[in-house]
Amino acid sequence: MADVPGRSPATAATIRGAAAPELSRVALTRPRSYLRQSWDRFKRDRFALAALAVTVVIMLFSYGAPLISEFITHKSYSDQSLLRGLRPPFTDGYILGSDNLGRDILTRLAYGGRVSMTVALLAVASALAIGLPLGAIAGFYGRWIDSVIMRFVDIMLSIPGLFLLIFINTLFQVGWLGLSLVIASLSWMGLARLVRGEVLSLKHRDFIEAARVNGASDFRIIFLHMVPNVTPIIIVWATLAVPVFIIVEATLSFLGLGVRIPTPSWGNMLNEAQQFIARSWWLAFIPGFMIYITVLAINILGNGLRDALDPRLSE
Amino acid sequence: MATEVRATPQQSDGQSREVLLDVRDLVMFFPLTRGIILQRRVGWVQAVDHISFQVYKGETLGLVGESGCGKSTTGRAILQLYKPTSGEVIFKGTDLTKLSPGEMRKMRRYLQMIFQDPYASLNPRMTVGSIISEPMQIHNLVPKNQRNERVQELLETVGLNPYFANRYPHEFSGGQRQRIGIARALAADPEFIVADEPVSALDVSIQAQIINLLEELQEQFKLTYLFIAHDLSVVRHISDRVAVMYLGKIVELADRNSLYDDPLHPYTKALLSAVPIPDPVVEKKRERIILTGDVPSPINPPSGCRFHTRCPYAMDICSKVEPRFVDQGGGHYVACHLYPGCTP
Repeated sequence: MADVPGRSPATAATIRGAAAPELSRVALTRPRSYLRQSWDRFKRDRFALAALAVTVVIMLFSYGAPLISEFITHKSYSDQSLLRGLRPPFTDGYILGSDNLGRDILTRLAYGGRVSMTVALLAVASALAIGLPLGAIAGFYGRWIDSVIMRFVDIMLSIPGLFLLIFINTLFQVGWLGLSLVIASLSWMGLARLVRGEVLSLKHRDFIEAARVNGASDFRIIFLHMVPNVTPIIIVWATLAVPVFIIVEATLSFLGLGVRIPTPSWGNMLNEAQQFIARSWWLAFIPGFMIYITVLAINILGNGLRDALDPRLSE
Repeated sequence: MATEVRATPQQSDGQSREVLLDVRDLVMFFPLTRGIILQRRVGWVQAVDHISFQVYKGETLGLVGESGCGKSTTGRAILQLYKPTSGEVIFKGTDLTKLSPGEMRKMRRYLQMIFQDPYASLNPRMTVGSIISEPMQIHNLVPKNQRNERVQELLETVGLNPYFANRYPHEFSGGQRQRIGIARALAADPEFIVADEPVSALDVSIQAQIINLLEELQEQFKLTYLFIAHDLSVVRHISDRVAVMYLGKIVELADRNSLYDDPLHPYTKALLSAVPIPDPVVEKKRERIILTGDVPSPINPPSGCRFHTRCPYAMDICSKVEPRFVDQGGGHYVACHLYPGCTP
């Protein structure tokens, strides 16, 4: 039995000798990392895997927009051709048809996806960056810190977002970056509340106290013990937030507050399409379908992620 | 409200025993607040009120009492999981209450805890191996490449298969989890362990195994336990000395045998009379002291002796004057006006 030098050897044989006669030191295979194990669990969920594939394809499509424009459609998203407006799919070289100004829908769809996805993902990331630490700090430290943060959350929640956006828009020209930050700054409060509630309930669990007894610092307790236990709700929140943000972006674009034409986004494509919906259904159907597929894929993906990150669900 | 007269138990049996932990006048009040931003204090929960005792090196001090009497709070206040309202907790000559948070963190490797609920005390998202190696990581105790080996060693020590290191807590039964909790407590090579009801969440058959394991480990690693429990027979089995708490106060503290064979305080007598004896003949003859009423609220505890509202022997003085905690000979301390020296 190899003893660790300099320690009182915990000789199991003396204690458990009769019960476990041959427990010689086993060469453990290197424990698989948490992420590796999560991936193994994720792989078993076919729906989630399919959703991941769909999401990746949509991302490639959106972020590959310049390539699509260059090599497939040979048109830019703003190339107009008034004589060839409202063409149905697969006519006159328009793979997905053209809009009222004769712009190529496939090209615009790709560019629009890029804008919509970027705005939504950036908004989710920024909202996480604000809401997660604030919620965790409020829940963990409690007392006046909690009161101050949560009252601030209440104040933010009582601001009518749309009016604030209109106000900001009259003062500044908001681009996609500004738009995501504004969306994030108006939507982190729900996450902060969720995280705070979760941290509050975790705070008094024995394993947190055990970490404290072991001499763990606040930082270690929050980020090594609490955050992994909060991830499921964060993932659920994020997967619900992405579609909401895509739709918020669409709404704002419609009001002339978001991404401005001619820069396409799925939202403003949808909104432009409504005047022609009786004649040219594909104008509304195609961006609508993209939003639908994206939202669905991200939701399923989020579901799969949440399950994959929970070690209790591996059999 | 608290009087200044408080006897610190002293060695009276002549033997020189090393005091590992000396708790002096420990007070733990929790504020009751009202209000949202400006919080007003509207009262105190007087969970632990001026208690003093010593724990000798290598012994097991049992701490018993009803639920809500402050025994767990005492354990946690000793470990500075709660910042005590006042009093001193002197561990090997260092007053833990005066340490800075950083100094206290370094000290923590010598003071460990075993928790009551084995289902709540292990992080569900960490493997058993990382749970057990965390204290080594935090205190940088074992060289990184040897931590795995040390984890396996500890698992064997507590009677588990070393292969379990890669598994998650949810894969284990309550008794196995409690063993994992014990292995974690041992990982930092502690000297003093607060065992907060370590077996009350377990089946009776498992209880015995865990108790025996704790005893074996105590012998092997020269551990000192503060064993908190409400099960009097378990405490009798494992303890060298026993302290009885009632509503935030220690009412009696004695050698195990003298406490169980000759309890002095009426509360202790009532508690012990509630323990069934597995012998119908004895059981028929013995007298049960049935206490009436409920435990009063620790927000507004009774004046004088806190037990006077339920005490069958209550006298006038009991509601007015708080009894002192006095040695009745042989290290048998009691706080009750029925005994000489307790009335100031």
